[in-house]
Amino acid sequence: MTSPTEPAPTPGSGRLGAGTGYLDAVSTEPLHPKAREAMLAALDAGLGDPLRLHRPGRNARLLLDNAREVTARLLGARPDELSFTGSGTGAVHLGVLGLLLGRRRVSGRLVHSAVEHSSVMAAGEWWSRHFDGTTDRVPVDADGRLRLDAFEEALAEPAGVAAVQLANPEVGTVQPVAEAVEVAGRADVPVFCDAAAGAGRVELPEGWAAASASAHKWGGPAGVGVLLVRKGARWRAPFPTDDRVDGRVAGFENVPAVLGAAAALQAVVAERQEVETRQRDLVDRLRDRVARLPDVEVVGDPVRRLPHVVSFSCLYVEGEALTNELDRHGFGVASGSACTASTLEPSHVLAAMGALTHGNVRVSLSRDTTDADVDRFLAVLPGVVEHLRHT
Amino acid sequence: MGGVLELDCRGMRCPLPVIRLADSIGDLPIGGRIAVVADDPGARPDVPAWCRMRGQEYLGEDTAADGTPRYLVRRLS
Repeated sequence: MTSPTEPAPTPGSGRLGAGTGYLDAVSTEPLHPKAREAMLAALDAGLGDPLRLHRPGRNARLLLDNAREVTARLLGARPDELSFTGSGTGAVHLGVLGLLLGRRRVSGRLVHSAVEHSSVMAAGEWWSRHFDGTTDRVPVDADGRLRLDAFEEALAEPAGVAAVQLANPEVGTVQPVAEAVEVAGRADVPVFCDAAAGAGRVELPEGWAAASASAHKWGGPAGVGVLLVRKGARWRAPFPTDDRVDGRVAGFENVPAVLGAAAALQAVVAERQEVETRQRDLVDRLRDRVARLPDVEVVGDPVRRLPHVVSFSCLYVEGEALTNELDRHGFGVASGSACTASTLEPSHVLAAMGALTHGNVRVSLSRDTTDADVDRFLAVLPGVVEHLRHT
Repeated sequence: MGGVLELDCRGMRCPLPVIRLADSIGDLPIGGRIAVVADDPGARPDVPAWCRMRGQEYLGEDTAADGTPRYLVRRLS
């Protein structure tokens, strides 16, 4: 145990960042120092209500508008196409449901890849329950990539909206969004793109009608989601709004958090090339070494993938036991295996890929994960798997 | 058709049904069939995935008399 006055970044200390063994950046990337800086400055400045005309209000409005402009530009949108929401999940719900509402008279059918984030499925279920809609899943290949032939086939029937993620957060596979947009365009169906796992890391292709992201996935604070709605897209607010911003969202903005989100995105995009190169090398090393372990299968596209994610499944081992044992050795990883989820259902992503759903581990590097962190992990992993297989 | 060796994995959580399958397949002659009876929903993707990884043939799913899913496998090697 370390004393609270000496927060030594030792494995298992519970801290994030370099040397800590934290390998779960997909769940949440450690807060970027630039975000912290911007947030502290905003908190200290004591900002007013951005809706008011007094100086503290105007100040807040100015900062908020600037954050919106920066974030929109870096995500390939116009400032008036962007709304900040309370979470990435909230942004998905607004994006999917708003497009569905706008297309209600054409079709109430949501077509989505089988590997979408649970928030997309939840929006579809809610839509089906309250608006008599329907949902259809489009299969993926063994690497977790949307099957474009099946997608095209699904859109041969009338559809309201097609949802295709930018990249899969569980296995890292980058989806063929540009191609999907083209296919959907031929069928005249608007595309919703959940960009949470890839925003700030890989380019968001054009052609979406609405898209979403989440600031804490790129090193901003939690509690800031991003909703993008393309100018001219037929999108209708599915929930009550107010007169504060743009008729898409409601409520008093968390200005310091939004400023932190924008500052982090700006920093992450500026550092992208350097970080991505380093992360790709480290993940290549991980993939190569892990694949050589007996009865272990690396899952996800080896090339068209997020730079910082690798997922693998170990035969005959429980995912929960694996994550616990790795945690005991000081490594924080995630697992798509059922026993670690809140439900007993196996990961819908791994199942859709035909991958093993038990014994799954997802390793995701944060921007400051080092060679030494990865080497230490690789030194420990084989023994952990072996040990668990014999207990 | 010949007999099918049945593994009762009711109430077992994954990966136990797959471990039982791996332990038992060697008892079969090549070409022999084995059925994993398992109510854990993880068995549905994991039995076919195991077959793919271990070079065995997954024949499909039916149900036991009590309605529990049964996953059929043929030993190839």
